[in-house]
Amino acid sequence: MKKLVSTAFASFALFCLSTAALAAPPIKIGALFAVTGPASFLGEPERNTAQMVVDEINKAGGVKGRKLELITYDTGGDATKAVQLANKLVKNDQVVAIIGPSTTGDSMAIIPIVEKAQVPLISCAAGSKITEPVKKWVFKTAQNDGLAVAKIYEQLKKEKKTKIAILTVSDGFGASGREQLKAQAAHYGIQILSDDTYGPKDTDMTAQLAKIRGSQAQALICWGTNPGPAVIARNAKQLGLSIPVYMSHGVSSKKFIELAGDAAEGIKLPSGKVLVADLLPKNDKQRASLLAFIKDYQNHFRAEGDHFGGHAWDAVMLLKGAIEKGGDTSAGIRNALENTRNFAGIGGIFSYSAKDHAGLTKDAFTLVEVRKKDWVLVK
Amino acid sequence: MELLNQVTQFVISGLATGSIYALIGLSFAIIFNSTGIINFAQGEFVMLGGVLTIFSLNVLHLPLIAAILAAVAVTTVIGIVFERLAIRPLKNATPLMLIIITIGASILIRGLVMLLWGKDTQALPAFSGTDPISVAGATLLPQHLWIFGVTVLVIIGCRLFFNHTISGKAMRACSFNRRAANLVGISVGRMVLFSFVISAAVGALAGVIIAPLTMTAYDVGVMLGLKGFCAAIMGGMGSGLGTVLGGLILGTLESLGAGLISSGYKDAIAFFILLLILFIRPQGLFKKGETERV
Repeated sequence: MKKLVSTAFASFALFCLSTAALAAPPIKIGALFAVTGPASFLGEPERNTAQMVVDEINKAGGVKGRKLELITYDTGGDATKAVQLANKLVKNDQVVAIIGPSTTGDSMAIIPIVEKAQVPLISCAAGSKITEPVKKWVFKTAQNDGLAVAKIYEQLKKEKKTKIAILTVSDGFGASGREQLKAQAAHYGIQILSDDTYGPKDTDMTAQLAKIRGSQAQALICWGTNPGPAVIARNAKQLGLSIPVYMSHGVSSKKFIELAGDAAEGIKLPSGKVLVADLLPKNDKQRASLLAFIKDYQNHFRAEGDHFGGHAWDAVMLLKGAIEKGGDTSAGIRNALENTRNFAGIGGIFSYSAKDHAGLTKDAFTLVEVRKKDWVLVK
Repeated sequence: MELLNQVTQFVISGLATGSIYALIGLSFAIIFNSTGIINFAQGEFVMLGGVLTIFSLNVLHLPLIAAILAAVAVTTVIGIVFERLAIRPLKNATPLMLIIITIGASILIRGLVMLLWGKDTQALPAFSGTDPISVAGATLLPQHLWIFGVTVLVIIGCRLFFNHTISGKAMRACSFNRRAANLVGISVGRMVLFSFVISAAVGALAGVIIAPLTMTAYDVGVMLGLKGFCAAIMGGMGSGLGTVLGGLILGTLESLGAGLISSGYKDAIAFFILLLILFIRPQGLFKKGETERV
């Protein structure tokens, strides 16, 4: 009898051990972000957010009982490094999907790798080239620059302004914006009178602005990321530039208002809704996601959650949804992603299809204006 | 008339930017003149001036004047530590080795500042408001006047120091001939240290007065340093008027180029001028060719 009990106990113990050993291994997800280097303002909040969301999913029991394992590498905003790390994720770490990279350059560089390895990629970069033309394994969460341009042009048309000046930064972000501004102008009946650029590290743009002041332009659109646009806002105030100034979504954070100070008053820009989440009407579909993200980010990092972090939030949540529906294989995830409809995330309401792997419309942006050092919605 | 207005604005903006370059150029020249090395960490002194002022102002809550003094003092101490730890121990190093060391130091300083204070750009409030002042149809900010004023003071100070004090004369003696200076009893090592002190202080001061205009971050030193270096080369690495004129010309040409030709070529113009001068007049725009005395 004693023997029987001990055997039973031993086998029970063994059974426990074996189930522990047999517990499903975690689902490996790769992440590439430019945490250091010139694009670190994108990569850092993205990495923070991705890790935060994955930790929370795991704490809540994982996806269908399986934990997620996030393997993150830093590309430094360097396309060569991004390629090496993407290869590492695919070959050594054998991830089922990759989120990131942060920049358009890095994303374009690794597309051939994920296409060949047949691993789905959800890029967090904005360049429209990433998903146009559609690549089978590539999706993105960041809003296309073209949508931001459309939002500004729509407003200009409403205000009956047809002659504009553009001032864009001479890096990838500015070049893409400039391309879109020029391409869409004719469609909205807008004429670009002056087309100037400035260097990302320039500290004085009065020369360009004096030229614009001398032209017949009725509005100025400036495309860049901090600190350039803040310098432009200050220089415009110094020169007494009287035409309305529009900025890009590249400066849609409180940092811009802080840097530009009083000079930011009255500047309008298209922004993801995360900036004005508390101002949105109660029935806005994104409101719940937005408020959850902002509160979470504030709790974890004591900083304002911005739309860059939002791109990573969207990528992880889309992936979670796809794994729930399509299983843990790369092919299953890809198909489930492509069939995702009406997912209300941070960047907008995503509806992917076989013809559209960007998934957003221009309603992903909302036009905001700086008033009394804060954002207000432009009606 | 409109064009004239624009050109006045380009020139005034250019002069304002140019005096920043001139100030940084001067601090390059001071070290070069007593040691024969080009200190590529000079831009980092400029950055430290701005970043440390903002830190003292926002985190330590010092009043503006105290914050500026603290920033200049701390940067000067960093200059001294740098000279003691990285330059002095290498007694017989060639200038080339020392230059490479300064590049290393600049990367180190930049990295440390990034880790300590993050990568965000910060702005310093303007010293006396931001209401533009109108001059002959062009506008400039009160901060520009501060920059002009400080530049003039620093030039006068340098002139008095180098021509009318024993230490200044001794430093110049070192630059002419180190061995001879040593033989007549000048402590060359001390003069080198002095030059780092002055140059770090001038660099930091430049960083402080431009921070309200250009804003500052851990990586602003690189471009400002290069532009200042350009100015110093144009002036023939002299610590006087040549460098100042070099800076002003550079700033004005940049601004005119950006306004009248194309803004895309702004930096190209600066570096084109640098190359041109190095090819045609390596001794600087305003210096006569040196003759070897036997």
